[in-house]
Formats: sequence, structure tokens, C-alpha cells
Amino acid sequence: MKDTDTNISGVCTPAVGEAGKTGEWRDARPVIDSTKCIPEVKGKPACFLCWLYCPDGVVSMTIPVEINMDYCKGCGICAEECPANAIKMVREADIDE
Amino acid sequence: MNEVRIITGNEAAALAVKLARPGVIAAYPITPQTSLAEKLSEYVERGDLKAEYVRVESEHSSLTVCISASAVGARVFTATSSNGLLYMHEQLHWAAGSRLPVVMCCVNRGVGAPWSIFNDQQDSFSQRDTGWIQIYCRNNQEILDTIIQAYRIAEEVYLPVMVCYDGFILSHTMMPVEIPDTEMVEKFLPPYRPHTILSPDNPKTINPVFFPTRRKNSEGILCDGYMEMRYKLQAAFEKSREVIKTASKEWAELSGRNHGGMIWEYMTEDAELILTGMGSIATEATLAADVLRAEGIRAGVVGIRAYRPFPKEEVVQAFRKATAIAIFEKCISYGYEGGVCSDLKAAFYGTDIKAPIHDYIAGLGGRDVKTGEIVDAARATLETVRAGETDNKTVWLNCHTGR
Repeated sequence: MKDTDTNISGVCTPAVGEAGKTGEWRDARPVIDSTKCIPEVKGKPACFLCWLYCPDGVVSMTIPVEINMDYCKGCGICAEECPANAIKMVREADIDE
Repeated sequence: MNEVRIITGNEAAALAVKLARPGVIAAYPITPQTSLAEKLSEYVERGDLKAEYVRVESEHSSLTVCISASAVGARVFTATSSNGLLYMHEQLHWAAGSRLPVVMCCVNRGVGAPWSIFNDQQDSFSQRDTGWIQIYCRNNQEILDTIIQAYRIAEEVYLPVMVCYDGFILSHTMMPVEIPDTEMVEKFLPPYRPHTILSPDNPKTINPVFFPTRRKNSEGILCDGYMEMRYKLQAAFEKSREVIKTASKEWAELSGRNHGGMIWEYMTEDAELILTGMGSIATEATLAADVLRAEGIRAGVVGIRAYRPFPKEEVVQAFRKATAIAIFEKCISYGYEGGVCSDLKAAFYGTDIKAPIHDYIAGLGGRDVKTGEIVDAARATLETVRAGETDNKTVWLNCHTGR
């Protein structure tokens, strides 16, 4: 009689993409201006406040800074926090692919 | 030879919990808590029971502690009553939906408003649809035996179980209770084997947001959605009927005590008039049946032991010869009728059982229900039916306003 189905409670494993491509929700995307972004301008690892504040962990701590658009939900926190005003939120509808 | 002691229902419950050896007990210690939680804290404090006893600031938290502890692999226990159970309502759903075999006692008491600290069953009845198995006990021995069975049932079908017993009538009344020895309980109750353990060694998230559709996980595998998980909960209830009956039977083989699986019957074999109810009021109905038998009325009693899952097949079998049915219940679904009444009618639909049903709402807020009142009510039911009246009706017993 023992239940052999172990998948009886809602469980997921922490992994990239476990909740689907959450970037599909986005209606505005962060676009980085490399002439203003502090690590790029200085040419050394500095600032990275966008990486620190991103609630979804999709910003890389690299030079140049990269944002994973598969999972970026477009919340705009990085643009809000950037001390150099290097990030602008651009509406998806206005982006030419 | 097992020890026999004269104890309250609460102490019987505490002893049963001790025998089941939970790893974590969480309870809110003040009103509407009962001496059950007090006894358990005494066992833990004295070192008689090796468990983590967590005192919390609310019933919502006590069940949350149990849910969390169960999810990391501990056998758990909590207890509450009346408004405390209502305060747990949200977490009751979480425990069931997570399929955690939490066992709790609900010492049945009336709910506010107005305030009552006395017995009825509105508290657990109001939690009927939370996905918990509910078993109602009729005496202190059954409380002890049912709690031990409850762990076996819960851990076999991964459903939480609420063991319900009447406040004051059982919880604070002393009766002789046979205490099984540890070996017998160990033989009956294997160690808890969790279906999912949250552990840092194998990180998992339990209960993330589920969307209306099924979802693909990161490996691209299509996983169950919300509706599939909920279907599995219902399927577990269907399966639990057999498990409840087996647990009852196997415990009877070990202990010599059989309280019935889904229902119990008293002189129903030839009964034309069947009295029914849950918990101690059904026990009292057996005394009423004796009185009616002495008058020449073929009366019998069916006690509903498991209320969820509902004993649909058992009641059809037990009531098949009845020509009149009198239900005595200590709860009501406001705007309709008593819950046992509705469920019995639903179980009888499409069968040959056409007996009129009189639903007596009795003993709310601790209003005393005397055997004589049950006798008179049941006799009145039979007489109306014999007079050719076929209507079902709901009657508030011993209530000084309205009929």
C-alpha cells in the first residue's frame, strides 16, 4: 500500500529556468550605455550596484556588464540604482530586433 | 499485561502521543488550549519523551512549526480547540497540500461568537474541506488507540489526520484506559519515512508558485500543475479508506480493541429506527437505543468514526434496513442543515434507502443532551414516519426558541 509516487507535493529544484523563461513577462528592458557604465569607463571591477540590486540575479559582474534577457523581468531596479545613469529602460515595443 | 489507568481523555491523548514518539511538538499554551499540551510539555520536561517542544505565540504558528518540522523529516504533533483551530485554518490547507502527515488533536469545543468554552463540534466541522482526515472518538480508550492509528494512516497515505474528541465530556472526564506497551506500538507503527525531505545536501523548494498549466522544469521535463497536485490529494483520500480500515483491524489484532474503521454499529442488524452521530453523542445514543428496545422499538446506532473521508459505502450498508433515521449532531452548516445529515443524504441518493431523515441539532455550546431527550426525539421521529409523514426535517433539540 505504500505510496510510490514521490512527486506528491509541489517541489522544484533551484536551477536556472526552473520557473520557465521569466523574461517573457518583460515589457521594458534595461539598455546599458557603455560610455557611462563605471566598470567600463574605468576599465576595472568597480561599482556593480546593478549586479547587487538585481532581484533575479541576471546581471553579470563582468566588464562589460551583461544582462541575461531570458530571465530579466524588466523591473527597472538596476536603472534606478545606477549612480552613473548608464542604464535606460526601453519599452520592448520600441526595440527593433 | 498492559497497564490500566483511570485518566481523562486529554491524558489518554498525551500518553498516545508519547507512545508514538514524535520528534517535534508545537503548541500554543493558553486558551483555548487544553491540559493535553500541558501533559506533553511535562513529559518532555521530565525527559520521558525525547522531543523538541516548541511554545509558540499562536495556533497559526504552532501548525507552521509542525509543517516545517515534518518537511525536514520529523514526526510531529499539535493540539488545539475551537477558535485556535479556526486560527490554524490557512495552515491546515498548507499541511494537506504539502502532503505532510501531521497528526493533531482537536478537542471539540464551540466557537465564538458569542464566547463559549464548552463542547460542540462546530470547530472541526468548519475545517471539513481543508484536506485533513477527520476521525471522531467516542471514549477515552478510543482517543488513545486512534492517535496511534492516526500516525500509521497519515504516514501511509501522506495526509494529515485530525483526531477529534468532545471537549469536557471526554477531555476532562476520567475513564479506565488500557495503556499499550512500547513494543506493541513499535510493532504497529514503523518509523516515519518522509516523501520529500528539505535538506541543504539536496536543495529543493517546496511549494513554489504553480501556474494554471503544467510546467516544464529546467531539464525540460513536463511537471504536474496545481490541478494535478490537487487531484492527487483527492486520490489519496480515496485510498485512505482502506488504510483506515486496515489500521483499525491490525491494531485490534494486537491490542484486542476494535473501535470500527470508518463507522461502528450498535444493534443495527434488525433496526427499523437508526440513530446516528459522531463522537460521544453517538455513544449516548446507544443508551437511548437500549431504552427504545425495552419499549419494543427496534432501534440501533451507527457511529460515524471517519467523517473525512466520508464512509459512503459503509453507511449505505448499515442503513439499508432503516425505515426512520434520527441524526444527532453538534454542528450545523448555517443556511442549510447538519453536515452529517447532508452527507448521509448524498450517500443514500440513488440507493434503496428512502427512510425519512430527522436532523437534530443538539448540544451546541455545551448544552446538555440527556439520554431521555435522545429517546424522546428518536421515538418522535419513528412515530411521525409510522404516521405516514415522509418529509425530512431539521429540529433544534432542547432549544428554547423555535422548533
